[in-house]
Amino acid sequence: MKPRRFDYVRPDSADEAVAVLAEYGEDASVLAGGQSLMAMLNLRLAEPAVLIDIASLKELDYVRVADGKVEVGAAVTQNRLKDWPELAGKLPLLAAALPFVGHFQTRNKGTVCGSIAHADPSSEIPLVLATLGGEVVLRSHRGTRVLAAADFQRGTLTTAREPDELIMAVRFPAQPTSRVAFREVARRHGDFAIIAVAACVDDGDTVRIGIGGVADRPAARRASAAAAKDIFESLAFELKGYDDLHASARLRRDLLRRIGPIVVEEALRCAA
Amino acid sequence: MRRVNKDERTRIGFTLNGRAVAGDAESRMLLTDFLRHVIGATGTHVGCEHGVCGCCTVLIDGAAVRACLTLAVQAEGRAVTTVEALASPDGALNALQQAFQRHHALQCGFCTPGILMSFTDYLARNPHPTEDEIREVLSGHLCRCTGYAGIVAAVLSVSAGSSRQRNDSASPEPTLKLESRS
Repeated sequence: MKPRRFDYVRPDSADEAVAVLAEYGEDASVLAGGQSLMAMLNLRLAEPAVLIDIASLKELDYVRVADGKVEVGAAVTQNRLKDWPELAGKLPLLAAALPFVGHFQTRNKGTVCGSIAHADPSSEIPLVLATLGGEVVLRSHRGTRVLAAADFQRGTLTTAREPDELIMAVRFPAQPTSRVAFREVARRHGDFAIIAVAACVDDGDTVRIGIGGVADRPAARRASAAAAKDIFESLAFELKGYDDLHASARLRRDLLRRIGPIVVEEALRCAA
Repeated sequence: MRRVNKDERTRIGFTLNGRAVAGDAESRMLLTDFLRHVIGATGTHVGCEHGVCGCCTVLIDGAAVRACLTLAVQAEGRAVTTVEALASPDGALNALQQAFQRHHALQCGFCTPGILMSFTDYLARNPHPTEDEIREVLSGHLCRCTGYAGIVAAVLSVSAGSSRQRNDSASPEPTLKLESRS
């Protein structure tokens, strides 16, 4: 299908984008890579009056390291971050997860921040952001605020972003470890994950565990190395899971119980 | 700031296969429809129109992307490359297209333009991919005829280095030729 009519605005700067957002608020949608939003427009699941295109804003197309965090601007595509030479050293968990995001062709256009903004419960990038305890930088004409990942994603396709706020960047805490593992189950590589599990072993012996696709948002937990493999039984009960076209809630819980311990074991076995 | 109101038709221009093109469109027109209906470049096919099937894959500034998830107005000033750019002006197929022909990598051919454009980008970045890497790129496309084996074999044959290509060219070309129907 074709999108409904909309006013198209392509600002020349983030300042302009924020000003246009302040003017239209709820009537506007921000277009970056468009790998979810354009499909929703075509299917008429989204019908904004105004589309604000930030994809070509050079000032938002950056990856930089500051204060032990990797900051990724809102115009950075998933493939650009995947090919960033420092990624495996600074963010090994994200390096392990990015190949699972969509396909080569969609990663060429899809942005890192767009995936965070879209907040699909099965998405890999929000899962990694939640697992590592990252943050989201939001700007409006009222000012800038920084939200922790856990406070940002509120539920399925729902975030704490106000209608006049633009996601400027996301920040992933750099990890001084290479002991990470990531696995997901999907019908076809690149399809939506039925479940995804991430594990990352900290300096001490704490394992950070992230679970996507089971609840309405990523779940992040910490456990000692000794106990980490045993948390999935209770987590499966706690997160419940949901039924959809791809899998039943029961299958999701079952997959979590089986795959969770394997991912933790993989991370623990990585050479420190 | 570029602005196109919803009831407005605007002039959109970009470079298509090395040639400047322009046409009028609404803000909501997809790049697929602009290419096919405004410019008349029908090599790019439209399958699902929501980014799943990959038929409409084109290169924008060299990167393989879904044209159905791109607005025509977003292509302004960019370099767009479509399947029409692959063969020589005299109609001679390029190495990748010849390999598709040799390995029966297409049957109905509907998905083929997109797959060719994906691998045009991918092979430029990674000239010698493994079979797994080829299959991963191919996962961004749906082909309902071939079962993909022929496509993987075709891409492997052009990426396997010059010795393999010499062997290929020594073998007789199949008699089935894709004739231009113009």
